[in-house]
Amino acid sequence: MHASPITATASRVGARRSIRWRVVDIVIASVIGVASGLVFVVWNQAYNPISALLSPVMPGLQALLGGGWLFAGVLGGLIIRKPGAALYTELLAAVVSTLVGNEWAALTLVSGLVQGLGAEIVFALFLYRSFNLGVALLAGAVAGFALAINDLILWYPGSAVAFVSIYTVSSILSGLVLAGLLSWLAVRGLARTGALSRFAAGRETSSRV
Amino acid sequence: MTAVAGGPAQAQAQARAVGMQGVNPVAKLIASLLLAAVLVLSIDWVSAAVALACESVLFVFAGVRPRTFVLRTAPIWLAAPAAGVTTLLYGQAAGQVYWSFGLIHVTDGSISLAVATALRILAIGLPAVVLFITVDPTDLADGLGQVLRLPARFVLGGLAGLRLVGLFLDDWRALELARRARGVADGSGLRRFAGQAFALLVLSLRRGSKLATAMEARGFGAPGERTWARPSVFGAREWALVCVGLLVALLATAVSVATGNWNFVLG
Amino acid sequence: MPLPTPSPALRPSAVDARGWGWRYAGRHAWAVSDLDLHITPGERILLLGASGAGKSTFLQGLAGVQGGEEEGEETGTLLVDGVDPGTTRGRAGLVLQDPDSQVILARVGDDVAFGCENLGVPRDLIWPRVRHALAMVGLDVPLAHPTAALSGGQKQRLALAGVLAMQPGLLLLDEPTANLDPDGVREVRASVARVLDETGATFVVIEHRVDVWKDLVDRVVVLGPAGVIASGRPDVVLGEQRAFLAAEGIWVPGAPVTAPARATDAAGPVLVSTDRLTIGRSAAAPVRTDVDVAVAAGEVLAITGPNGAGKSTLALTLGGLLKPVAGRVQAAPALADGAHAAPSRWTSAQLVARIGTVFQDPEHQFLTGTVRDELAVGPRVLGVPPAEATRRIDALLERLRLDRLAAANPFTLSGGEKRRLSVATVLASRPRVLLLDEPTFGQDFRTWQEIVALLRELADDGTGVVAVSHDEAFVRALSDREYALAGITVADGAQR
Repeated sequence: MHASPITATASRVGARRSIRWRVVDIVIASVIGVASGLVFVVWNQAYNPISALLSPVMPGLQALLGGGWLFAGVLGGLIIRKPGAALYTELLAAVVSTLVGNEWAALTLVSGLVQGLGAEIVFALFLYRSFNLGVALLAGAVAGFALAINDLILWYPGSAVAFVSIYTVSSILSGLVLAGLLSWLAVRGLARTGALSRFAAGRETSSRV
Repeated sequence: MTAVAGGPAQAQAQARAVGMQGVNPVAKLIASLLLAAVLVLSIDWVSAAVALACESVLFVFAGVRPRTFVLRTAPIWLAAPAAGVTTLLYGQAAGQVYWSFGLIHVTDGSISLAVATALRILAIGLPAVVLFITVDPTDLADGLGQVLRLPARFVLGGLAGLRLVGLFLDDWRALELARRARGVADGSGLRRFAGQAFALLVLSLRRGSKLATAMEARGFGAPGERTWARPSVFGAREWALVCVGLLVALLATAVSVATGNWNFVLG
Repeated sequence: MPLPTPSPALRPSAVDARGWGWRYAGRHAWAVSDLDLHITPGERILLLGASGAGKSTFLQGLAGVQGGEEEGEETGTLLVDGVDPGTTRGRAGLVLQDPDSQVILARVGDDVAFGCENLGVPRDLIWPRVRHALAMVGLDVPLAHPTAALSGGQKQRLALAGVLAMQPGLLLLDEPTANLDPDGVREVRASVARVLDETGATFVVIEHRVDVWKDLVDRVVVLGPAGVIASGRPDVVLGEQRAFLAAEGIWVPGAPVTAPARATDAAGPVLVSTDRLTIGRSAAAPVRTDVDVAVAAGEVLAITGPNGAGKSTLALTLGGLLKPVAGRVQAAPALADGAHAAPSRWTSAQLVARIGTVFQDPEHQFLTGTVRDELAVGPRVLGVPPAEATRRIDALLERLRLDRLAAANPFTLSGGEKRRLSVATVLASRPRVLLLDEPTFGQDFRTWQEIVALLRELADDGTGVVAVSHDEAFVRALSDREYALAGITVADGAQR
């Protein structure tokens, strides 16, 4: 038993937030970025055969896979919860994907920037205070929209209207599910393992003392 | 204690590696971005082909072994024709129609677009891979921090996170063996992959948190000016590389405009 | 402020803690409370206490890496050289437990220079400091040597060098040798002794292996939940607090290690044997050839040898997880029970029923979100009826003292609890052969005794137990037979 007075309430210090990034914020955002970048590399390899299957069905449907490149930003934003988190993790994941080598080369960085901005805008809209399921889904959807804009301008500039519209809708849907929902579930799972104990995201769901 | 001040840093500055190895990674980054930025403005086969021709000549001087070149650029060689086929089938229809089925229209326009797309991917992708084969991440971080003056905390934090990649592979193998030992390795690959990926993420996050504490314990993130132990030089060689990249891009564009093929991507 | 020359004479720090307490954000209990401690410059302290008594928290507070207001609240005062440690960097150097998590950059020289860079030391002064620090810890590798190629002991010495290059007045070590093999422990201890002799810095170390540091320190401080319990000369405090410390799992020197007696003398039938076995991680890189080993029921076989000799590879090959490079591993018909003779050809489900493997790092084995679910995985794969499975799980939870933690997430357990959980999960499927890779690695005294007793019991019940271990005490206490792998001779004749 403690000799000093035990307060029955848990410390409320976590409520005092600062927007300055701590070292642990930077390192964890980097880990998430690099890990996501590796998933991007695997996703890159899977993209061509699967899109070859999907695009005969309906041109533009291959954008349903787009969410696989969007979750880095949403995941980073949900965990770090500071301005620039979504942008940083998405950009770093794009850097890793570029370094390993893919067909889109240096322009992957542009994609990363645009997609990261998409998610970042949503988190900024909510003033970096709200990080529930709705915000996550919206961030994923907007990132998907950003992906569509980026790809249609840079890679499919001469496309028909049908392609453009199917591509855009598929991207948004993919972003919503693969980036928004999946990231939110991942954060909850990670928080339960105690891996996020230095973050507000980790303290929300843990019940142990 | 030696009498000579400085060490690897000075020796490095005095005897920089020849060829691509010694060029500042920031220069490589800028060169490939410039090239990509200019080439992407147009979608036509002339600019892409001219750029590709110039690059092929320059690759010889890059000092990359043929085997490494083929291995690292393999994804691009696979992807260029794939993207070309997609454009062939679904590109904007113009001119004579050769074949039509549902939403597929193979036309004059889509053929030329397809060729242009495939060549463009090669022209942009190949030099990027070649340049980055010889990049050392620590040197890149030094360059980003000293030459471009990006915030040191983010550059080095990113580098530390990147370094943890090397440990991922060992962990992944151990996770696979552990799943076989636990009895769950037969069966659905996707579910197991997702489970393993999640476990790897947990391990990496925990290691990352410990690494952050270690970095802070070495004074990282403290207020005050930071010095750099390894100098990052941006000299004549670097400017030369950037100029070469810019020239190739401009030459390609000039030829394309002169032959009337230049096709602005947003027009 | 950088020192003008990298001289070994640095200013040792004084520490002053009055009523200091710290509580992590979101927690109810205080990690440290009411700590009163004064450390004079140049003093050397060994910090002991129960796990969870806040020792690591205190050290992190001294290093100034606590995290500030966003991560917790503080009471009382803690001063290093009269200032709050959070406001100055570089006065205290902290070395942590896990060698892999402290390597920051890819080359040795760069990693050691990292601290100097952060403190704003001018470039021409950095590299002499780096070389001096590496010489002090005795790490004799080129500056461009890749850090990933270092052993555990070398990595810890690298971390120490990185800290020393900052020329701190206060040297803090948090369980630096817990994750190291005996050679690594010796290396680190020798390095620290040399460093302290040369620099005279103030020194605080946390460790539960007391004999490593006992002769190097001036004072032993025992920390409890409500502050300092005892403080004084090593022999005095260790003598007085012997019972308390042993109960908390500290390896008190001179405490007798009880070796459980064997119940039966004769070993049972051979369950796994090898035939001209060559092992390796991949076909291209064989590690050992002509391995001849047999695992018998009711017997404990210890596989020993220096680092890199191939102990883990041998264990994994015997366990059917790695394919033999050449030769065969054969399971006796009694063990194979209808399956193929070679364990590496078994399916995962067949394997879990026959041979259980406990990995060196328990975290690699965790699959589910609660302790109970972890134990249920094996029985479920084997198709054990739910009632019987529940019975087994409850029995194991009680036997291994995990019943309180049945609903906790496996990753949130302490080191000893994770080890017990990984052993429990393997036992849930009742295999006839049990393989353990370094089961006592980094464990405190209490867990060590429990593991030894448990394995003895299993062997007496007829299980064939194979343990890879570099822990000499463990091998002495438990093994019936030992298979020693000699070091691998490299080209110039030096034994590794």
